[in-house]
Amino acid sequence: MPADLILTVAVQGILTGLVYGLMALGLSVIFGVVRVVNFAHGEMMTIASYAAIVAFGAWNIDPLVSMIPIAVLLFALGYAMQAVLINPFINRPEHSQFILLAAVAIIMVNGLLMIFGPDARNVLVDYALDSIEVGPLLIDKVRVITAALALVIAALLFAFFKLSRTGKAIRACADNHLGALVVGLNVKRLYALTFGIGSACVGAAGAMMTLLIDTTPNVGPAFTLQAFVIVIIGGLGSMPGALLGGVLIGLTEAMAGLFFAPSAKTMFGVAILILVLLFRPQGLLGRRV
Amino acid sequence: MIARLIEGVPRRALILLGLLLVALLAAPLLVGDYGLSVLILVLYFAYTGQAWNVMMGFAGQLSLGHSLYVGLAAYTAAALYVHFGIGPWLGVWIAIVISMAAGLVIGFLAFRFGIGGVYFALLTIAFAEFTRVGFDHFTWVNGSGGFFLPVAQYSVNDALNLRGSPTMFYYILLAITALAFVFCRWLLTGRIGYYWLAIREEPEAAQTLGINVFRYKMIAVAISAGMTALSGVFFAFYYNNLFPEQIFSMNRSIELILGPIIGGVGSLFGPILGAFVLTALAEVLNDVMVALGYELPGIKLVFYGLCLLAVVMYLPNGIWPPLRKWLGLGERL
Repeated sequence: MPADLILTVAVQGILTGLVYGLMALGLSVIFGVVRVVNFAHGEMMTIASYAAIVAFGAWNIDPLVSMIPIAVLLFALGYAMQAVLINPFINRPEHSQFILLAAVAIIMVNGLLMIFGPDARNVLVDYALDSIEVGPLLIDKVRVITAALALVIAALLFAFFKLSRTGKAIRACADNHLGALVVGLNVKRLYALTFGIGSACVGAAGAMMTLLIDTTPNVGPAFTLQAFVIVIIGGLGSMPGALLGGVLIGLTEAMAGLFFAPSAKTMFGVAILILVLLFRPQGLLGRRV
Repeated sequence: MIARLIEGVPRRALILLGLLLVALLAAPLLVGDYGLSVLILVLYFAYTGQAWNVMMGFAGQLSLGHSLYVGLAAYTAAALYVHFGIGPWLGVWIAIVISMAAGLVIGFLAFRFGIGGVYFALLTIAFAEFTRVGFDHFTWVNGSGGFFLPVAQYSVNDALNLRGSPTMFYYILLAITALAFVFCRWLLTGRIGYYWLAIREEPEAAQTLGINVFRYKMIAVAISAGMTALSGVFFAFYYNNLFPEQIFSMNRSIELILGPIIGGVGSLFGPILGAFVLTALAEVLNDVMVALGYELPGIKLVFYGLCLLAVVMYLPNGIWPPLRKWLGLGERL
């Protein structure tokens, strides 16, 4: 197999992986603070994807533009979900939380199925087939753009958590729930805000994803699993970990598709997950709890 | 032993259980072919939910990958039958051993390395998903193309090879479900049941009291996986076709646990009640849809989702615990 083919596929995989990473970042932020695993994460991404598809179909808006209002929309959805559904469940056992979000996920997948039907849809922008030549490599232009945007959004998020007062308050809630309550932080509101921010990430990722893959309602559960795999590999709650995990999974999938069968690619991701859980359960960049 | 099984259970509860059993025994004479197929589905979910409940309800280990055990057992028994002519009554033991082994491997890896809670649940999903993709490429059982058993004539009942009419399947499944109910009651009233409850409520306190937490969690996983294997074998021989895409899917795992969750996690009768309620809801919904002449894919599951949401939000312990209190049936069923 020619080396430049392998290298091309590897670079494409890494670029796609950064968008996966952005999606998983949302999950990681939510878990890191609220300590609830968002079992409806991939489903929320599919909602964003369909919003981008509708915006493109109806008004011809490029998903790279519509991703901003879509992120806002998903922020509102996430905020509402946390405020209405999840806040009463914060102190419930884990399996109750799981079931709550699994129920939300089932409603979302099948709601989309009722509205849009089972057929695969995509967005065909006029630069969809353009590629960029880097030495001997031919890289898809959309992958470069989406990966760069994913990095920009992730950087903004890091800055928000490190620099802004609200970001610091959210980190305080994550570090010490009781302490945050004692110093007078409105923890419930901050949780809702965090869920909103995580959802906005997945909203942006979902809009971009329409340029990379075909969307059907059923990709939702698959991406939920994908996001879990990524954040556990990277370390639940670790923001750089989510990006690293995304890149690793993107690369693994691309290589598995090249050397084995594309349909077997999820198996390799899950195999890495199992190895990580066994030998470094806190994830590559996670902290020991 | 029988004294232990009925100790602390009010007489009226025993009478009600007896009446239910009689009703279920007589049911095939009263309902038509369609009703029978619905009842088989109810019992299938009741039994599998009971098996899952051993792990989650009794020992407190959340598995979201029980489709793994169903699928492994279904494929084992079906492949033995098709490739080597080994009948289901022998194959079922091999299937049980394989499912238990899979459960023990997952349990060993998780419990040895201190993986609990959310991480354990995700590990069970990961193994089921890994196996699903593996079977998609497993050509010995025809990969993603699906594996089929030869379909028998319904006029001959060959119970030895599990080939026959739905009525035969119904009675076999009813027997299995009833036995599982008694078996779980036996487990719960014995030493092991109390150990599990201690581990579920306070693992550290249980450890301090000298309970070998690791061993008893492993036993819970093994029993749950072994029991689930039976429903896999039943599934293979009743439906005669197996697709990795369906049998190992995460949706199937969630479908299996809806019954016990809606009925009441950790209670004995909860999984059975949950299976009845869920299946009845689905049937009523189907009828309403047909009557309205309105067919929309997905609406049934949206409705399931809403029911589930309502139950976890307003009845956190499921339907059965408040119902059994209202009926005055004590706390032990």
